[in-house]
Amino acid sequence: MSLPLVMFLTFVVATLGITYWAAGRSAGEKAFFAAGRRITGWQNGLAISGDYMSAASFLGIAGLIAFYGYDGFMYSVGFLVAYLTVLLVVAEPLRNTGKYTMADVLAFRLRPRPVRAWASLSTLTVSTFYMIAQMVGAGALVSLLLADSGVGYVQAVTGVGILMIVYVVFGGMLATTWVQIVKAVLLMSGTLLLSVLVLARFGFDLGALFEAASSVSLQVDGQTVTRDFMTPGHYFKPPYGALDLISLGVALIFGTAGLPHILIRFYTVPDAKTARVSVFWAMLLIGAFYIMTTFLGFGAATIVGPDLISANGGTNMSAPLLAQALAGDVFFAFISAVAFATILAVVAGLTISASTSFAHDFYSNVLHHGKKKAPGDEVRVARWTAFVVGALSILIAIGLGPNANVAFLVGLAFAVAASANLPVILFSLYWKRFNTNGAVSGLAAGLLSSVGLIIASPSFMGIDGPEVAESARRLIQADAWYPLKNPGIVSIPLGFLAAYLGSILSREPDAEERYVELSVRANTGLGAERAS
Amino acid sequence: MSLSDQLYATPAYRDLIRQKTAAVVALTVFFIAYYFALPVLVGYWPELMARKVWGHANLAYLFAFSQFLMTWAIAYLYMRFAGRYDRMTASLLAEAPGASSAGLPEGGS
Repeated sequence: MSLPLVMFLTFVVATLGITYWAAGRSAGEKAFFAAGRRITGWQNGLAISGDYMSAASFLGIAGLIAFYGYDGFMYSVGFLVAYLTVLLVVAEPLRNTGKYTMADVLAFRLRPRPVRAWASLSTLTVSTFYMIAQMVGAGALVSLLLADSGVGYVQAVTGVGILMIVYVVFGGMLATTWVQIVKAVLLMSGTLLLSVLVLARFGFDLGALFEAASSVSLQVDGQTVTRDFMTPGHYFKPPYGALDLISLGVALIFGTAGLPHILIRFYTVPDAKTARVSVFWAMLLIGAFYIMTTFLGFGAATIVGPDLISANGGTNMSAPLLAQALAGDVFFAFISAVAFATILAVVAGLTISASTSFAHDFYSNVLHHGKKKAPGDEVRVARWTAFVVGALSILIAIGLGPNANVAFLVGLAFAVAASANLPVILFSLYWKRFNTNGAVSGLAAGLLSSVGLIIASPSFMGIDGPEVAESARRLIQADAWYPLKNPGIVSIPLGFLAAYLGSILSREPDAEERYVELSVRANTGLGAERAS
Repeated sequence: MSLSDQLYATPAYRDLIRQKTAAVVALTVFFIAYYFALPVLVGYWPELMARKVWGHANLAYLFAFSQFLMTWAIAYLYMRFAGRYDRMTASLLAEAPGASSAGLPEGGS
C-alpha cells in the first residue's frame, strides 16, 4: 500500500470515528440540523474556516499564483475581505432571527410559501453546483495522488460521495462540524509547514523570495519566456482584465455572505455574540491562510517551476509537488491527505446545507404548510435528501469526467449567492418597506440573471481549437455574448433592483408591521432560538 | 402591545439602533472603498502599481497585502463597538418590564 493511501485511510477512519460518536448525539431536529446550538465560538470559527477553504483555495489559488503570479493573489484578498460583510451585516441578525436555514430570516415577516420555495431553489442551486465542482475536482485530484495505488477517477468520486453521505446521514451537523474542525487544523498546519520550508529555502529572507518570483521562466507556446510574477496582468488580460477583476471582486465580497452552507453555521452556536466571536476567529485563520498562499504559489513557481508542474498533473498539483520537492515523499503524502480532507469537509458542509433547506423549507413549509406530521419527520426527509443529493452528485461527476471544465460552477455559486440571496437577506433585515413580492422578484431575477450570464460567458460559450480534448470543450461552440468571466457586476445590481422594484410596486401591511418584532429580535436576541 | 413594540418605542432602543447603524455604515463604506481601490488601480493603472517600492515588492503587492491588515483592523474595531452594544442591550432588556420572563439569554445579546 502506498504512503498517500495509508494517510488517506487514516483520515477516513478518524472521521468515521467522529461520525460514530456524533450519531449518538444527533437525535432530534435541533441536534441534527444545528448540533444542538452548543458549538463554542472558537470551535465554530475553525468549522467556518474548514467549511470555506476548499480545494479551490488550497490547490487552485496556489496553482494560479504558481502559473500567473500576482493575479492569483487577488482571489486570496477577496476571499478574506468578504468576511467583513458577513461580520458587519449578516452573522448576528441571522442567528437571532432564523432557526435552521437562510429562508427562515425571510419567512419571519413575509409570506412563507413563495419565499421559502424560491430561497430553497436558490440554496439547492448554489450548493449543488458548488458540490459538483468539488466532486469533479476531487475525483481528478485523488486519482492523480493515488495513481500508484490503482485508484481511478470513478472510484475516487464514488468514495468521496459515499463518505459525505455517511457523515451527514448518520452524524448530522455535529459530525459535519467536527470533520470541518479537524480539516481546518490539518490544513493550517500543512500550509504553515510548507510556508516555513519555502522561506527556509530562501534563508528566511522575504526579499530573496520576491527577487526569485520577479523572474520566473516558463514555456509559453513552445518558447521559454521570463516573467515578473510580482506584477499584475498575467491572468486578467486586456481588453476586459480590469472589468473582470472588479466583477470578480463584487461577486466575492457580496457572495460569501449569501452562501447557504456558511450561513447555517451560525445556527450551531448558542447566541448572536458567539456567532460574532466565531466570525472573528474564522477571519484570523482564513486571513493567515490566504497570506500563506503567496509562499505556496511563489514557492511552487520558483522551486518547482511551472513547466515541471505542467508535466506532472497541471496547476492543481502545485502545492503537493512543492511539498515533494521540499521534503520528499512522506510530506507529499501528508499534503495530499490534507487536500483530500479539505475536499471531504467542504462537500459534507454543502450536503447538509442542501438537505436542511429541502427538508425544512421545501418539505415542511412549502409542501406541508408548516404543519409537521410527526416529530422526526423533517430529520428523516433531510437524511433521505442527503442520500439522494450524494448519489446524484456521484453520477453527475462520473458523467462529466475528470477533464470537464467546471470552474464556472464555483463562479456561478458565488454569483448566485451574491445576486439572489444577499439582496433579499439585507432588505429583509434592514428595510421595513420590503415585502413578499420584492423577495420573490429579487430571488428570481438574481438567480436567473446570474445563471443566464454564466451560460452566455466565455466559460460556457466559445470556440475551442482542435487541440482541446473532447470532454473539456465548451458546451456552446459560438462566440460568447457576455465578455466577462464573472456575471457579478451585472447580476448583483439586477438582484437588488428587482427586490427594490418588487417591493415599492406593491404594499403588504403585515410585512411592515412584523418588522418591529424582527428588528427587536435581530438587535437584542429577544425571543431568539436557544441552545438545547 | 407586545414587548417588542414597547422596546421598539423606547428612546434607549432608538439610540442603540442609531449608534449601531452609524458605526456599521461607516465601517462598511470604508472597507468597500478600500477594497475596490485595489482592482481599479491594478486594472486601470498597471504601470503605476508595478512601481517597485521595497526591494522587489511593488505597490500592487504591498497594497494587496495591506488589505489583510485593513480587514483585521476593521474586524477588531467592530468587535470593540459590539462589546458596547452588548452592554447597552443588556441594560435595555433589564429595564424592560417582563423581558426577564420572555426567555432571554443572560447578560444580553
